[in-house]
Amino acid sequence: MFSWFGKVSFVPYSKVADFAVHLKDGRMMGSRCKDCGYTTFPPRADCPQCLSGNFGFKEYNGKGKIYTYTTISAAPTGFEDIAPYTAAVVELDEGGRLMAWVGDTIPLNELKIGIPVQVVPRIFDDSPEIKVYYTIEKPGATWKKAPPPHLG
Amino acid sequence: MSRVGIIGAGHGVFGRRSDATVQELAFEAFRLAIKDAGISRDELDATVVAAVPEYHKQRSVAGVVQEYLNLNPKPTWLTEVACASGSAAIRTAWMAIKSGLHQVVAVIGCQKMTELATAEILALMGRVGEVQWESIFGTTFPGYYAMFATNHMHEFGTTHEQMLQVAVKNHFYGAKNPNALFRKEIQLDKAMASDPVASPFCVYDCCANADGAACVILADESRAKALSKKVVWLDGVGCATASMSVLRRPNLVGLPSAVEAGQQAFRMARVAPRDIKVAEVHDCFTIAEIMAYEDLGFCKKGQGGKFIEEKRSYIGGEVAVNVDGGLKAKGHPIGATGVSMAYEIVKQLRGEAGERQVPDANVGLTHNVGGIGQYTFVHVFRRD
Ligand SMILES: [Zn+2]
Repeated sequence: MFSWFGKVSFVPYSKVADFAVHLKDGRMMGSRCKDCGYTTFPPRADCPQCLSGNFGFKEYNGKGKIYTYTTISAAPTGFEDIAPYTAAVVELDEGGRLMAWVGDTIPLNELKIGIPVQVVPRIFDDSPEIKVYYTIEKPGATWKKAPPPHLG
Repeated sequence: MSRVGIIGAGHGVFGRRSDATVQELAFEAFRLAIKDAGISRDELDATVVAAVPEYHKQRSVAGVVQEYLNLNPKPTWLTEVACASGSAAIRTAWMAIKSGLHQVVAVIGCQKMTELATAEILALMGRVGEVQWESIFGTTFPGYYAMFATNHMHEFGTTHEQMLQVAVKNHFYGAKNPNALFRKEIQLDKAMASDPVASPFCVYDCCANADGAACVILADESRAKALSKKVVWLDGVGCATASMSVLRRPNLVGLPSAVEAGQQAFRMARVAPRDIKVAEVHDCFTIAEIMAYEDLGFCKKGQGGKFIEEKRSYIGGEVAVNVDGGLKAKGHPIGATGVSMAYEIVKQLRGEAGERQVPDANVGLTHNVGGIGQYTFVHVFRRD
């Protein structure tokens, strides 16, 4: 179900495909190596530290700080209809970084490196198929979570 | 240790070459390099072709180039590491010669970038980054370097005006290069007012796609001395990598691969950054040249903006950088760029660069970056 992740999906498969299912349920998942305990976001199935393929998902709270950003005016295929849009890198408090769009709660004139933010799981409303992503919002932003999953 | 030298160099005109196929472009540069070396094609043991395949309709471009140059059945192979493919080809030629397998090898960098429709180019542009976690947010090539620029401005106070001064310099010299795509000087205020691409970048912060080819001929020490009176020695080769994903970089104010590759090349050539008189650095975007000054040690980290503002990278400054116009004004046919850089350094070290000659140039350097610093190759050249 990794094809659910992103406005345009380039790789619809992955060993961490359930990431997208969790995101639909309102959970942001990194990975934890069951053998050596290495944790990382974005998740990866194969441990770069001990080479184990034995991983589990670990929920991240999505709190972090703006690391860098840019407002893209010249958009590539599949993104022309939303340009200009602002993409930013967030440094997560729990470790790791992610790329996401800056959401409506943060006006561009308030966007600065180092400001605290909350990453929020999202579902594209006007898409016929399930499409999930996340946006960067002001701290305190809330969202709906599905009941705890039965997925690994 | 025996040395590897460049005995010939050729360069075609970069631009929108709707008049020629990729192998025809390759032929132009090859013919000039063979003439320049004053050797016969029979002297060649092998060729290495540098190109990025996804831009060409013709698949497996090395094959069609080798045939068109009438070099069958001599060996050839392709190198690809995005925009650094040309320097990777030079590195593999150097390796082939150092191993003793071959004595004389031609390196041909060639690229047709205007063969694809705009829609296809825009689709490719959306996949330059890591596609699983980043490209799904519409990241672009300028967008990534813009993120570096945002951090560089925040951390060191670098200004957009300083960045565009890189473009002004490179267009100033590009105007003197008959092989350049843009042969016109530009003004800072006009550059500042150009259309936004990815903040803080506008159009003049970005290099342009182009078609083109360049060729250099490498030989081992004994053949080089026997065949040529104007050998330029490739005395230091460095290569390093960094994560594909910008999310996994230690910082976004420089390219760790460039720092590492530079140190390797300086060590091997037994030179220091201050010994470099002329450098070709990878200015795909204006901030990239500023970071290159710092990563290579021409100035301290964070001082790159000042370095260009004080014109220390102009001819007459500490190190003349991109006096052929750089990627910015010369154009960036990605497979050809690394070889084009080597061509310029060869001409400079021989004192044959005409209007844009750097006085007393005896040691030169190329700094060729693939992607967003996933790969960097630094080569140090010397004229005895
Ligand atoms: Zn492990």
